[in-house]
Amino acid sequence: MTNSGPELKQEIWSTNDPVLSARNLHKSYQDQHVLRGVEFDIRQGQVKAVLGPSGSGKSTMLRLMALLEPADDGGIFLRGRRIGVREKVSGAVVLPERELAKERRNIGMVFQKFNLFPHLTACRNVMLGLTSVKGIHHKEAEEQAMAMLQRVGLSHRAGHFPSELSGGQQQRVAIARALVMNPDVLLFDEPTSALDPELVGEVLDVMESLANDGMTMIVVTHEVRFARRVADEVTLFDSGVIVEQATPDEFFDNPQHQRTRKFLSHVH
Amino acid sequence: MEFDVNIFVQQLVNPSYVSGAFLSVAVAVLSLVLATAIGFAVALGRTSHSRIAQGVAGLYTWFFRAIPALLVLLIIWNALPQLFPVLRQDWFSPFIAAFIGLGIVEAAFMAEIIRSALLSIDEGQALAGRALGMSPVKVMLKVVLPQAIRTALPPTGNEFIGLVKFSSLASVISLQELLTTAQVGVNITFRYAEYYAAAIVYYLIIVSLLTLLQSYVEKKFVWTSRSKSKKPSILEPVGQGVQS
Ligand SMILES: Nc1ncnc2c1ncn2[C@@H]1O[C@H](COP(=O)(O)OP(=O)(O)OP(=O)(O)O)[C@@H](O)[C@H]1O
Ligand SMILES: [Mg+2]
Repeated sequence: MTNSGPELKQEIWSTNDPVLSARNLHKSYQDQHVLRGVEFDIRQGQVKAVLGPSGSGKSTMLRLMALLEPADDGGIFLRGRRIGVREKVSGAVVLPERELAKERRNIGMVFQKFNLFPHLTACRNVMLGLTSVKGIHHKEAEEQAMAMLQRVGLSHRAGHFPSELSGGQQQRVAIARALVMNPDVLLFDEPTSALDPELVGEVLDVMESLANDGMTMIVVTHEVRFARRVADEVTLFDSGVIVEQATPDEFFDNPQHQRTRKFLSHVH
Repeated sequence: MEFDVNIFVQQLVNPSYVSGAFLSVAVAVLSLVLATAIGFAVALGRTSHSRIAQGVAGLYTWFFRAIPALLVLLIIWNALPQLFPVLRQDWFSPFIAAFIGLGIVEAAFMAEIIRSALLSIDEGQALAGRALGMSPVKVMLKVVLPQAIRTALPPTGNEFIGLVKFSSLASVISLQELLTTAQVGVNITFRYAEYYAAAIVYYLIIVSLLTLLQSYVEKKFVWTSRSKSKKPSILEPVGQGVQS
């Protein structure tokens, strides 16, 4: 009977409930308290932009939500189900890495520095998750990868290695690599910060088209104009907590918090 | 006594040199395989979070870096059979003793090569693999190892060549490898120059072939789509556009 717990919760989950949630997330490195009780929700099809000063813990929050690192306290919930841990009588125990790997399939991640696999062509980069995680056959995986490269406008570069691609192209391949796994939510950690200014646009265009197609996305970024135009909600993250959360218009034109006003005065 | 070209040529085509050379290469290949296997385990131990694994791996490296390979061979061939009756049986030949002895010593050096190759891979690589949902084994096999192998190849090539030469140490446990073959001939005829010269020719041939093999394998690890067959030319101007 106790086994039916998680499934029960899943049935209770409705499309208006958050796809991915963080509850009271805490994380410390040595004596540095980086996350101090983060509360974060994202609903199906929503795009949330996260702004905030350097070192405030934005990347740490994404790594925890992607189950790449365990939280010291608090929990991550996917469609209402707690993930990354096994609930025991004594409390929640972090799953072993093998088990975590399975739960990570539902959450995609795009990194600031692309992190493409340099020994694989663009197409193979996109295929690897399909073949080695989902066990899809080579030919089928190749077709799916090519379709995804087409979607990011790079099918003509499929046979090229990362070292032969521009930064913007590499990041688009990285987006395709995450997207092809068909995740419930896609996390972006400053996807354009490592790019030359003239290459930023092509990556933001791809992200905007994903947003228009209904992809659920959390985007940590410094691109204020992108946040204003594409995001449904903008969040200010500072000193390990979420300070303000509002629609783009509210956030940029009528911020409620002093810290938001101060932050915006620096980036504008 | 002059250098007798006839004796030299005779020795060059002497089948016992060929089989000696073959034994030298075979010992080197097998001990490199063994050293890579043990060395990989030791490297994983040294990079692991477990204190015990770190300790065992550290101890292995410390011990076998300190002990001369010659002493290890003598221990394996002479001392161990006194302690373990299984090793007194026929299957325990000088050849097996030689490649095991050289392999476990070489493993300490391969471990360092493999460890630094693993550490040279950007942390973002494993992170990206994990983010895709790959298991730890898959991350190692599909993401980290292919890149680490490229880093480890040149130093491993050097170790391989070293092992071909170190296989001559196995003469002390009466393995008829290349140098022993020459030495046996010398002991009978006292034609030092001709017999040693023949050995030199064989070593040169072996190492030249290995060098070719190494550069062939290294080319397989060049990750570009176009320039795979293109050889770098010394005539090509380098650094064009740097000066303006
Ligand atoms: N693995 C780690 N070990 C130790 N300290 C860390 C680690 N990761 C992050 N930190 C520290 O935690 C703090 C928050 O880092 P984080 O990268 O999350 O900030 P950020 O908001 O993403 O900043 P940026 O805009 O510069 O990317 C920093 O002070 C950083 O030094
Ligand atoms: Mg960051």
